[in-house]
Amino acid sequence: MNNTAVSHIIRFVLLLLAQVVIFNHVNFLGYINPYIYIIFILLFPIRDTRLSLLLVSFLLGVLVDMFSDSGGVHAAAAVTLAYARPVLLKTSFGMLYEHHNIKFNSSELGNLITYVTLSAVLHHFILFSLEIFNISSIILILKKTLFSSIFTILLSVLLIILFSRNRK
Amino acid sequence: MQQIFNFVIRNKTFLLFLLLFSIALALTIQSHSYHRSKFINSANGLTGGVYGTVNSVGQYFDLKDENELLAEENKTLRQRLFNLGVSVDSSFVDSTYVNGKYMVVVGDVYKNSYSLSNNYLTINKGKKDSVQQDFGVITSKGIVGIVDNTSKNYATVLSILSKKSRINAQLKATNHIGSLTWNGDSPETTQLMDVSKFAPVKVGDTIVTGGESSIFPKGIGIGTISSFETDISGDTYTIQVRLFNDMTNLGKIYILENLDRREILNLQSTIDE
Repeated sequence: MNNTAVSHIIRFVLLLLAQVVIFNHVNFLGYINPYIYIIFILLFPIRDTRLSLLLVSFLLGVLVDMFSDSGGVHAAAAVTLAYARPVLLKTSFGMLYEHHNIKFNSSELGNLITYVTLSAVLHHFILFSLEIFNISSIILILKKTLFSSIFTILLSVLLIILFSRNRK
Repeated sequence: MQQIFNFVIRNKTFLLFLLLFSIALALTIQSHSYHRSKFINSANGLTGGVYGTVNSVGQYFDLKDENELLAEENKTLRQRLFNLGVSVDSSFVDSTYVNGKYMVVVGDVYKNSYSLSNNYLTINKGKKDSVQQDFGVITSKGIVGIVDNTSKNYATVLSILSKKSRINAQLKATNHIGSLTWNGDSPETTQLMDVSKFAPVKVGDTIVTGGESSIFPKGIGIGTISSFETDISGDTYTIQVRLFNDMTNLGKIYILENLDRREILNLQSTIDE
């Protein structure tokens, strides 16, 4: 139990609580909610194995599902995001990822925004597809994905910047 | 054999992903069928505890509204009582004997949602208060939903704002029945389907629960007709119902137990055989 592990556990709990207590009940314009718990999956240490990331993401998703009575939609979306993360990292950070050298705290803001945007859109698309579960409502799925993603991206980038310690 | 092991080890990430994703998918599919969201639901100690703590703080902010609602309800009840013309002897109340068909339990809403396609509420009454699956849930204004899962201290309620829910309802003026569904658009309106074309439907008329279901008593308010149209076949009306309840703002709720429910279900199952 070192320092990083503890801080990640605290982040896990805080993000989960913030999500289910505050952000699930925003309902901006009736249906737009940000899903900021994906920050945990985004900022999971890169050096750790992908297996543990998958397992932890699944757990996080199931817990969010439990609180919001939504079956397994958050779990499915979170696991997909966790599995696709290396690809997303490579597209947004390029060479830095190849060298296992990304510091989320001090990376370029542009790269960070690309990373968060791609992740949020992927996650939300899976989430709403499964939640609505009806291919004929594809317009509704896309609409919800678009608006909720904008909300999530804004909040996530703000939160990541706010809570990163050594940004100049 | 060696090759199988090698394959598993080489693709372990993908296989784990596949496994977890299938579990999640199974849970999702299961939750789309009525009364099946057994494993992952918010009727348990952990979620109930968290929502309870939050609710105990949030409660204070709408005490005033809650008071006004209660006073309003008291007024209506008193009015009904005085117009009934019978004196009620309050000195004789035998709590072990309930003279009537329905038992009422009062509860608090701990969590409410209305933006998903299947919405659930979490309430702070459970098995301990003899709340079980398929009990009706109402407020002083109108219906809210049907109890789905229960744990010792908590229960989840399938809201009428859910694509899964079908509730028997009728016009207040006549006895034409239909089933109340939700198309997922607005938390203010639900749809009453399959109302016979002989029904005298007028905008502004009241829709109440029908006596057909063994869950709700007949005549609990649902809403008023905001618009209606005949459906494609031309045989039935589809009616848009503006709800009496503000489903986005629920505090105190009443849980109804139909004491004759078992008898009714028994009788109906003998007919089916």
